[in-house]
Amino acid sequence: MTTEKERSIIQTKFRERMDEDELMNCMRCGFCLPTCPTYIESGFQESHSPRGRIALMKAVVDGLIEPDEDVERSLNMCLGCRACEPVCPSGVRYGHLLEEARDIIQQNKKHSFPIRVVRKLVFDELFPYPKRMRIATALLGFYQRSGLRSFARKTGLLKVLPPSLRDMEKILPDVPALKEMKERPRHLESEGAPKRRVAFFSGCLMDTMFMPTNDATMRLLQLAGCEIVIPESQTCCGALHGHGGEKQKAKELAKQNIRAFEELDVDYIVTNAGGCGAFLMEYDHLLKDEEEWRERAKAFVAKIKDISEVLVELDFHKKRLKVEPQVVTYQDSCHLRNVMKTSASPRKLLRAIQGVEFREMKDADRCCGSAGIYNIVEPEMSMQILDYKMEMAKQTKATTIVTANPGCLLQMKLGIEREGLSDRVRAVHIVDFLLEAAEGVQASEHEERIRKTS
Amino acid sequence: MISNDIKQQFIRIVGAENYDDSQAGRLVYSYDATPQFQSLPDAVIAPRNTQEVAEIVKICNEHRIPIVPRGSGTNLCAGTCPIEGGIVLVFKHMNKILEIDEENLTVTVQPGVITLDLIKAVEEKGLFYPPDPSSMKISTIGGNINENSGGLRGLKYGVTRDYVMALEVVLPNGEIIRTGGKLAKDVAGYDLTRLFVGSEGTLGVITEATLKLIPMPETKKTMLALYQDLEAAARSVSKIIANKIIPATLEFLDQPTLEVVEAYAQIGLPTDVKAVLLIEQDGPQEIVERDIKKMAEICKSEQAVSVQLARSEEEAEALRTARRTALSALARLKPTTILEDATVPRSEIAKMVKAINEIAEKYNVKICTFGHAGDGNLHPTCPTDARDRDEMERVEKAFAEIFAKAIELGGTITGEHGVGAMKAPYLEWKLGEAGIAAMKAIKQALDPNNIMNPGKVFAKSTRKRVVVTR
Repeated sequence: MTTEKERSIIQTKFRERMDEDELMNCMRCGFCLPTCPTYIESGFQESHSPRGRIALMKAVVDGLIEPDEDVERSLNMCLGCRACEPVCPSGVRYGHLLEEARDIIQQNKKHSFPIRVVRKLVFDELFPYPKRMRIATALLGFYQRSGLRSFARKTGLLKVLPPSLRDMEKILPDVPALKEMKERPRHLESEGAPKRRVAFFSGCLMDTMFMPTNDATMRLLQLAGCEIVIPESQTCCGALHGHGGEKQKAKELAKQNIRAFEELDVDYIVTNAGGCGAFLMEYDHLLKDEEEWRERAKAFVAKIKDISEVLVELDFHKKRLKVEPQVVTYQDSCHLRNVMKTSASPRKLLRAIQGVEFREMKDADRCCGSAGIYNIVEPEMSMQILDYKMEMAKQTKATTIVTANPGCLLQMKLGIEREGLSDRVRAVHIVDFLLEAAEGVQASEHEERIRKTS
Repeated sequence: MISNDIKQQFIRIVGAENYDDSQAGRLVYSYDATPQFQSLPDAVIAPRNTQEVAEIVKICNEHRIPIVPRGSGTNLCAGTCPIEGGIVLVFKHMNKILEIDEENLTVTVQPGVITLDLIKAVEEKGLFYPPDPSSMKISTIGGNINENSGGLRGLKYGVTRDYVMALEVVLPNGEIIRTGGKLAKDVAGYDLTRLFVGSEGTLGVITEATLKLIPMPETKKTMLALYQDLEAAARSVSKIIANKIIPATLEFLDQPTLEVVEAYAQIGLPTDVKAVLLIEQDGPQEIVERDIKKMAEICKSEQAVSVQLARSEEEAEALRTARRTALSALARLKPTTILEDATVPRSEIAKMVKAINEIAEKYNVKICTFGHAGDGNLHPTCPTDARDRDEMERVEKAFAEIFAKAIELGGTITGEHGVGAMKAPYLEWKLGEAGIAAMKAIKQALDPNNIMNPGKVFAKSTRKRVVVTR
């Protein structure tokens, strides 16, 4: 809720800050409508479509309407999946408009006290600090290992949580111990002759809660012939901040990351999370108004590449890769596909694995409803989108659902749990699956050697 | 304005969740895909069935509340912009395919069905619904019928009108009528089905339609012919038809259009030629091959610099998609894009293309031309900026002259987009005073209170006819 005074300030800021050319660029052709998950799931409500949201933003700028609750509701309901961008013939950068609008609203309205505290804790005090991320994750580890978890589950203590969070608790991965999270590699040699020198963007959540996936990523890079540097001074990419209306903080994080990577003399900066990669890739836009950062951001952006693109470039798919026979499907990470334009390489890698019967699921490019923290703040719509997704996944009869982003991975796990399929279907990050395939070959080759010698 | 009492009546009919008069809710139904038109409705109502539509219409008729039936709002004539307020009717609940009749080759649908969903559903049964407007991924059948939409396949297969066999319509007085039937022959009375097709929501609300289907063509081939001379391309079009070949698609794109489409679609379209023809033929394999060969010869004899056959279905689909996105790709050039659809008999294509270029030069505006050359339906398109008043004035003059030229060549001011609010001031040029009077008489008879989509088709005043200077 906003007061009248807040609305008037927001309106003025819209006029000052929203990119009028970009708003004008939308010709309202409606080609974005069929790709928008919230438009479809809301039963074709124009106010929950990209065209509708742009019209609302423009109407606020033009003074036709006030930025009232409904306008805010429409903007909040957006997943930010950006599926509307690749299909937009006139090339409207909708994601940028959305981010700016959300930032204006968040920065100019007064949240209730508890929300203020949570926002400050999460955005300012937790994610920017790797050390605090490790401690927070370690606390989760303590909860999982100490018996507290089984106590909480048995006693029904978890019922105090809203259902969306209760489900979340179930699907969180078993996290590593604090000691392991502290001792991270900073430099790794390639396996065999080095073909590329790359830097690895390890991320905040990825290097704590999903640490094994980061290890697998680095291992794959080594196997593909990469020398890897992992600068210690890097930090959270700032995507959560940027999408959540905390642009200023996102800028600070961006600068810290640019500083951490720009002197490294590497071919690429490799990412393994679509959400992070896409945000890193738009640092140039984020810092476009800052003279001394513009060029530095551009140089940084030019080097960002998703792990699957790097692997395909280095012919990793031509190596022998093998898993037990299984049906596999792939759920696109929206930001990996729509912003980083990476959709063919992950599929190419998966199809190259012996034992994989790859089946494309219908609407694999449609958002799964995870969308950062969307599944927590908009659980109803998120679950509706997830249910559709699981229906499509089930139709493929896949036993392995592969994704390329931690948020999507958790959401897929949640979907599997909700459908009661956890004994038959698993969700896995593509790098973990690829490593399994590469090691599967190594293991079977090893067995073969033993058989031959004995 | 809708009084609280009337609002409560509406809510009693459709339920509170299907009545929206919030500021944001009205704003997002204040426009369609037509530039420079925006006007707020008083409320947006989503009826769930024909009966509810009839009850709503009765109330509106009693209280003189304008009704604008709306599909997905992709039309280009401001046909669904509620310029006189009132209520916008949306058909999100009435979106079912009711029946696919494989014995009579028909499909019966509610108005909110998405065109492409219908096409896919009937194709699964080996049947074919040809009308394919560029917006078919999101346009609705109700919208297509009201605008009599065309598409790329119009030359050989006709337009929406040629496929509508029967309609259920709620008349402005709230009566429900059924026109036509699953009949190839039916001469019982006036052909009201045809009257309602293309009536732009000005005569009633279409609540159900039965559409004709045809068997799927067995094969299809796609070909691209490149030209260094624009008129040579236009001559090829006339010559193909004169040689008694009716291709399934015969689309034309000029160089400025090619450049922007390629920048967007990146499928390897040539951008160093002056014009391109996208040609398709479908049907039995021998005939397709014979026609394609013949057409390739004709194109070459008319100085096509190269003629290429699509090697795979993916390549062919990429070419068709590229053509479909032409309009919107042009939007990348400038913030505002004005798209027209002046249409001439196909024998006059070369003259029309030449005239468009001269007119653009005369008024110093950029006009890119593409379109369904095979049926004479061109899309001269002007990328401009609504904020530049001086240029907008020149654009308007240029288009007025283009319309005048089209009529002079025996053509029309609009081939497939409709009149709506946008072309209303020019309609008399095409119909003459008596023609307008006849149409107004029909409107008056069916909708005496002028509640159905007021302000469309008929203008308050006609624009002064431009005299074409040669």
